[in-house]
Amino acid sequence: MKDHSPSHPNGNMNEHDKTTASALVPLESLLETPHKKVDLAELREKLAAGRGPAFWRTLDEAAESEHLKEYVEQEFPGLSGQIPQGVDRRNLLKVMGASLAMAGAAGCTKLPLESIVPYVRQPENIVPGLPMFYATAITNAGYAKGVLVESHFNRPTKVEGNPDHPASLGSTTIFEQASILNLYDPDRSETVLQRGGLSTWGQFTGAASLEAQSVGSRQGEGLAILTGLTTSPTFISQMNALLAQWPKAKWYTHEPSANPAVRSAAKKIAGRPAYVDYDFSQADVIVSLESDFLNAGPASLKNARQFAAKRGIDNGQTPVRYYAVESSPSVSGSLADHRFSVKSSAIPAMAYQLAKALGVASPDLAGTAPDWLAKVAEDLSSHKSRCLVIPGEYQPESVHLAAYAINAALGNVGTTVRLLESYIPETSSLEDLTSDLNNGHVEMLVIIEANPVYSAPASLNFEAAIRKARLVVRLGQHFDETSRWSHWHVPSVHYLETWTDARAFDGTVTILQPLVEPLYRGKSPHEMLSVLLGKPDATPHDIVKAYWQSTNPNGFDAFWKTSLHNGVVAGTAAAVLNAGGPVTLPALTPLESSEWEVTFQPDPTVGDGSWANNGWLQELPKPQTKTTWDNLIFVRPSDAEKMGLHNGDLLKVTVKDRSVTGPVWVTPNQAQGSVRIFFGYGRTASGRVGNKIGYSAYAIQDASLPYIAPATIAKVPGRYEIANTQATQSMEEREPVRAAEFAEFKEHPNFPTLEEKPVPKELSLYPESQWTYPNHKWGMTIDLNICTGCSACAIACQAENNIAVVGKDQVARGRHMHWIRIDQYYSGNGTLDEPVSYNQPVPCMHCENAPCEVVCPVGATVHSNEGINQMVYNRCVGTRYCSNNCPYKVRRFNFYLYSDWETESLKGMRNPDVTVRSRGVMEKCSYCIQRIQEVKIKAEKEDNRKIVDGEIITACQQACPTQAITFGDLNDPQSKVAQMAALKRNYSLLDDLNNRPRTTYLGNVRNSNEALRGQRGSNREG
Amino acid sequence: MAQLFRPSSNTIAKVSIVAVVLLASSTIGVAYMIDRGSWITNVQVAPEQPIAFSHKHHVKDDGIDCRYCHTSVETSHFAGVPPTETCMSCHSQIWNNVTATQPIRDSWASGKSIAWNRVHNLPDYVYFNHSIHVNKGIGCSSCHGNVAEMPLIYKVNTLNMNWCINCHRNPAQYIRPRAEIFNVAYQYPDNQAELGAKLVKEYHVQSLLDCATCHR
Repeated sequence: MKDHSPSHPNGNMNEHDKTTASALVPLESLLETPHKKVDLAELREKLAAGRGPAFWRTLDEAAESEHLKEYVEQEFPGLSGQIPQGVDRRNLLKVMGASLAMAGAAGCTKLPLESIVPYVRQPENIVPGLPMFYATAITNAGYAKGVLVESHFNRPTKVEGNPDHPASLGSTTIFEQASILNLYDPDRSETVLQRGGLSTWGQFTGAASLEAQSVGSRQGEGLAILTGLTTSPTFISQMNALLAQWPKAKWYTHEPSANPAVRSAAKKIAGRPAYVDYDFSQADVIVSLESDFLNAGPASLKNARQFAAKRGIDNGQTPVRYYAVESSPSVSGSLADHRFSVKSSAIPAMAYQLAKALGVASPDLAGTAPDWLAKVAEDLSSHKSRCLVIPGEYQPESVHLAAYAINAALGNVGTTVRLLESYIPETSSLEDLTSDLNNGHVEMLVIIEANPVYSAPASLNFEAAIRKARLVVRLGQHFDETSRWSHWHVPSVHYLETWTDARAFDGTVTILQPLVEPLYRGKSPHEMLSVLLGKPDATPHDIVKAYWQSTNPNGFDAFWKTSLHNGVVAGTAAAVLNAGGPVTLPALTPLESSEWEVTFQPDPTVGDGSWANNGWLQELPKPQTKTTWDNLIFVRPSDAEKMGLHNGDLLKVTVKDRSVTGPVWVTPNQAQGSVRIFFGYGRTASGRVGNKIGYSAYAIQDASLPYIAPATIAKVPGRYEIANTQATQSMEEREPVRAAEFAEFKEHPNFPTLEEKPVPKELSLYPESQWTYPNHKWGMTIDLNICTGCSACAIACQAENNIAVVGKDQVARGRHMHWIRIDQYYSGNGTLDEPVSYNQPVPCMHCENAPCEVVCPVGATVHSNEGINQMVYNRCVGTRYCSNNCPYKVRRFNFYLYSDWETESLKGMRNPDVTVRSRGVMEKCSYCIQRIQEVKIKAEKEDNRKIVDGEIITACQQACPTQAITFGDLNDPQSKVAQMAALKRNYSLLDDLNNRPRTTYLGNVRNSNEALRGQRGSNREG
Repeated sequence: MAQLFRPSSNTIAKVSIVAVVLLASSTIGVAYMIDRGSWITNVQVAPEQPIAFSHKHHVKDDGIDCRYCHTSVETSHFAGVPPTETCMSCHSQIWNNVTATQPIRDSWASGKSIAWNRVHNLPDYVYFNHSIHVNKGIGCSSCHGNVAEMPLIYKVNTLNMNWCINCHRNPAQYIRPRAEIFNVAYQYPDNQAELGAKLVKEYHVQSLLDCATCHR
């Protein structure tokens, strides 16, 4: 297929489908209805008067708009528009008769003759049909997260966290899960290109060696090497060798998602390169100054695990209290006990005021601190050495210094805060490279992985600068924006294809091992450096092994095997550094005063843009907004009201003299006078999925104010279609989320079920004795108290269960296929701008009295004797009655052939234990039935032993960073899930329906500060 | 007014009623026979193979155990088809110069696999596991027939779902002692009902009829 429209990323619709799709109701007419009419002023009044719903997911839902009701009632909006007009009864009967006959005929198939192709020499440890797991790691901005990768016949199919790795602890983020799709991305670059024409690695190494000789004759003068951030010991030693050989060559790094202020501040604090690590397991009070510590950064999974343990309430402990100060709603902020919306540019001053309140010497400031800051300071000082203040990843150096000074003053250094040795080498920056290029100092530029033509701040005008180099060599996985300006492009390797090494945040080394030969003969960064060093034939395996052999000459073979097997190299954790002298806070240079500020951050799902061609991540509803396939501009409801903005209106954001235009998303909890925009979109050469979506935030980024900048904004005419997933799948006027204050919880541990009327069991029409569940009774609990809404579960489910990507157009019609969705609820308490937010993952409930089962005319969804609500694809005829009758709206239907049955490379990615669904078939969460069966078979073969609790782990449970999801056998009273289900704060969704769901929830508890009760937001109005 | 229908119309009407009934039932009958016949099910059909491999010769004459080649049948869902190396373990020494074994030597020399045609093929939405069946007392020949009498391998059972369900409803009728699993000439004893019931208890065999047992 040649024509791959971006809205069908897998190129998976055949020609016939395309014609049908184009005959659909135009998307605009569909979307205008629910979004246009929300009158924010009216809504505010309504919420203030207490007439609004207690919990709402979108502004439309809060407004209870008639249009939304119509939209939701259709379940799959716009479907009725597809029924041709003017069909009479006679023709309808003809068509139905013909369909019946043809459906019958389609049932008669002769299986095609297939072949079995065995090995010639079967590797010793391969058992055909059994998966193997290998330990390796994935890097992001240089830091590693350890993973275990599942491999079927040497095809990697699934990534899981490595429990032994300090930065994973067995969990993953969305990026590790989605990285498997990048490996099989059909748009990856496949060959060496010279000036866009086909070439070979041999020709490249020949040409590069000649160049290297000429550069070498001048001690490396004119040679510039640009990489991303790296912690790889082997790579750094290669670079050091190269720089030692050619002292005049220069090493530059460019990493758009890594704020250099974090490293420069740590260096000032420790007096040498350092990493500031936070221990949440010791902290009773946390103050975050715009840090998304549960979701971003190299230690996020460790932070999440520690935080979740401290937030536990079921063992009689008092949970941590968490104050979040931020300008835009973050994943971490959604769990805060108190969340204050403050402009990002005001946070440095706030940090200084907090420092002052805690007795840290700080420069005098104009203006007064908000009332709540004193209360927060009080809370901190009453928890000395048991609290921590964490600065934001994108805040300037001053905030990092102030946070450390506060921590030091509170005695936290040594308990909750420690300084670790840093392994990120000190290099020149992209700004230096640009000026060196412009001054004619660079003759040969070698770019390894970084994509500066796309992601350099616009103020650098890198696209003009790169042309000043005589020779540009690029190593990259895609022929992207930077490769277009390079004389040589060499395809790079995916991390599952190569040998390398990397360090975790705490210094622990993982040796990355390949699971598969490079699919497109890609070359690794090590090979690129080897070519420059005059050894073009060295393989990455030899290079990495030689490095480690040189550091561990004794007992190397055992060391090598153990390190590869465990996925961590023992004894490589960083030393804890002694704190330097006292930190002096520099005077603040406030941003030029401006009514508006714009804040820049990597997109929650596609990051800095390097993940843009990943369909899973594009289609993953973004945390907080639940929008897909776009980067939006966040505006506070009160600001939107003032400017007459609605969701989907276009807004022009101007920084200095550069501007971008993007669609508005009216976002509760966004700070007043602050708009948030995201990197990662507006790409032109990422591949068929990521190209030409949204605007590029880099186009207005100024290198001197990279993440927070004064701006002007203006509404411009026009509207934009936004694919939001929360408009559909509504459970309507019920209270799916239940929450309480910690004090209330102590008084009424059963708060979620206090007001609930128990449904008499005999109300059911079905005899109670019909299902006895004598063997297993599978069940799941989800702890809403620690769910961050990060969505790792949704991507893990997608990877495990071969879930298709449908494209933006289909998402807007409510046809996304995720088996687990994360609903975002707001509880107003009368405010539209500063509501409390709650996350609620919703997989299939596996009801004991399942409403879906009784309506299926063909028995395609039936109960198992273990209580699993089974979905039998080969029986399904697509009536969709089951979905219609499901009150939780968890069933998803293949309206078209969404699964890609054509693209060769994607076939290797699929989980062979799960059917790839075809068109016209219903699907939904199966509790990972393939994993249950696998363990059951294993246990039965082992002398029919009992299945151990925790032996069966669902994909969502395995990925969850906070371990909010528990799965197991409810028949076993000792199992963790049975204990969770027995907790008093356990409740089931829509239990008045007497469906008796097997998936139950644990209520959310907030530990608010009595002194600040009910107070949210520093600039609260209305 | 003249009669619209002649007297012969009565006969035509009666005959056509019978004819319609006969035609309809014979169409359904023929369709059913085609569906259950060997053209669709491939029962008794030996597909052409790259090598005229005889199970009869290797199993009956040479007495080679099933697991010599199908190595993973006790551990994995897939019984395994032997790599060329397994063939060469004998055929590098015996019958190493005849045309019949030439493809083996070619494969060994070139490193290119031998592509066998599947005899027993299930639809992709069916997940069958060999290991649990052989561990629970279902012998090879219960499904694959007596391969020791097959010069060319062919299917003896349809592998249709009703055939699977027949055993899953009442496993006792096909269970045999674990010692006899790989005995392809095994004959069920006269007291199978009794023995089967005993073995079902002993091996903890369940009658698994949930859809998700095989369909995921």
